[in-house]
Amino acid sequence: MLELFVAVLERHSLIVAFLFVGVVTWLSYLASNVMTKGRVHGSAVAIIAGLVLAYFAGMFTGGQRGVADISILAGVGVLGGAMFRDFAIVATAFGAELDALKRSGLVGALSIVLGVVLSFIVGGAVALAFGYTDSVSISTIGAGAATYIVGPVTGSALGASSEVIALSVGAGLIKSVLVMIGTPFVAPLIGLNNPQSAMIYGGLMGTTSGVAGGLAATDPKLVPYGAMTATFYTGVGCLLAPSVLFLLVQAVNPT
Amino acid sequence: MIVYGVALLSACLLSGAFLGDLLGEMLGVQANVGGVGIAMLLLILLHHYSGRQFALGAETAKGITFWSAMYIPIVIAMAAKQNVYAAVTSGWVAVLAGVLAVVLSFAMVPVLSRMGNKISGETEGGS
Repeated sequence: MLELFVAVLERHSLIVAFLFVGVVTWLSYLASNVMTKGRVHGSAVAIIAGLVLAYFAGMFTGGQRGVADISILAGVGVLGGAMFRDFAIVATAFGAELDALKRSGLVGALSIVLGVVLSFIVGGAVALAFGYTDSVSISTIGAGAATYIVGPVTGSALGASSEVIALSVGAGLIKSVLVMIGTPFVAPLIGLNNPQSAMIYGGLMGTTSGVAGGLAATDPKLVPYGAMTATFYTGVGCLLAPSVLFLLVQAVNPT
Repeated sequence: MIVYGVALLSACLLSGAFLGDLLGEMLGVQANVGGVGIAMLLLILLHHYSGRQFALGAETAKGITFWSAMYIPIVIAMAAKQNVYAAVTSGWVAVLAGVLAVVLSFAMVPVLSRMGNKISGETEGGS
């Protein structure tokens, strides 16, 4: 009987994912209303709930894909994967204003470059503080502080050790999770309430998942503006980190 | 028809992804450069200029707005499939690098916003 039930769920994995997300959302909005009187937005609670579930799933399954490593929830991996995420992000652009994008285009582009460099320096400085003195390790961990894609791309281009590459992925993951959770709480403090600041925010943060989650929990109307710049960040990071930025590290730190 | 909207959205994403890969290849980067951003621009431009040569009907728009409304549920699924356990257990170097990068980046948002206001204020004053 149970086997039959599980078999049905496994055969309809994407449909199970719809149900899963619906239930998580419903419970989260309930918790938002009852426990915080709506102060913490329901979608913020739902995203945090998703992350907490992913934590425990990772602990019990030993896998890398959160709840998607539980066989009956494999569809969550499809629904929450890059393909559907990008599809939905593009759809949010339908309501975006071209003029707002044009007006902030320059400062948005600037924020991408500045975001990559800033994260790289911070990550590299932390690596140095923890005793990583060679330029390759410093640059790889710095690149990981940009995003968890820039880290390994840089690390493999420079020939970093697998331990350092794993650290760079860890730094990127921390960043993405923290941006998802933190954004709705800091948004009022940093003036994240208009298209221009959303573009700057997307460019500075750069993690597409983090920005997508953070803005969803803050104000979904800002999603297209933040996503627009964030989506260029990883590319710019992969361009700058193993080349110009690595050479700069090497110039000041010849080991 | 609703499916026209969904198909249009798909065409935008696929073109954007292709152009992003092409841009990455041209720059010698092992990544897609701005594919989603290009796809968004395509959709915005199509929406902006529709009505002159062709009209984006209300039914067609529904095919797009449905996926726009599915954005938050998809993001919740995305959160649930993150490798959170690896992030939390990856050690102090990774945690500190990630946390400090986020905190400083947050702090830079108002600084750049002021700069952006100045830039757009100047161009408005000049024109």
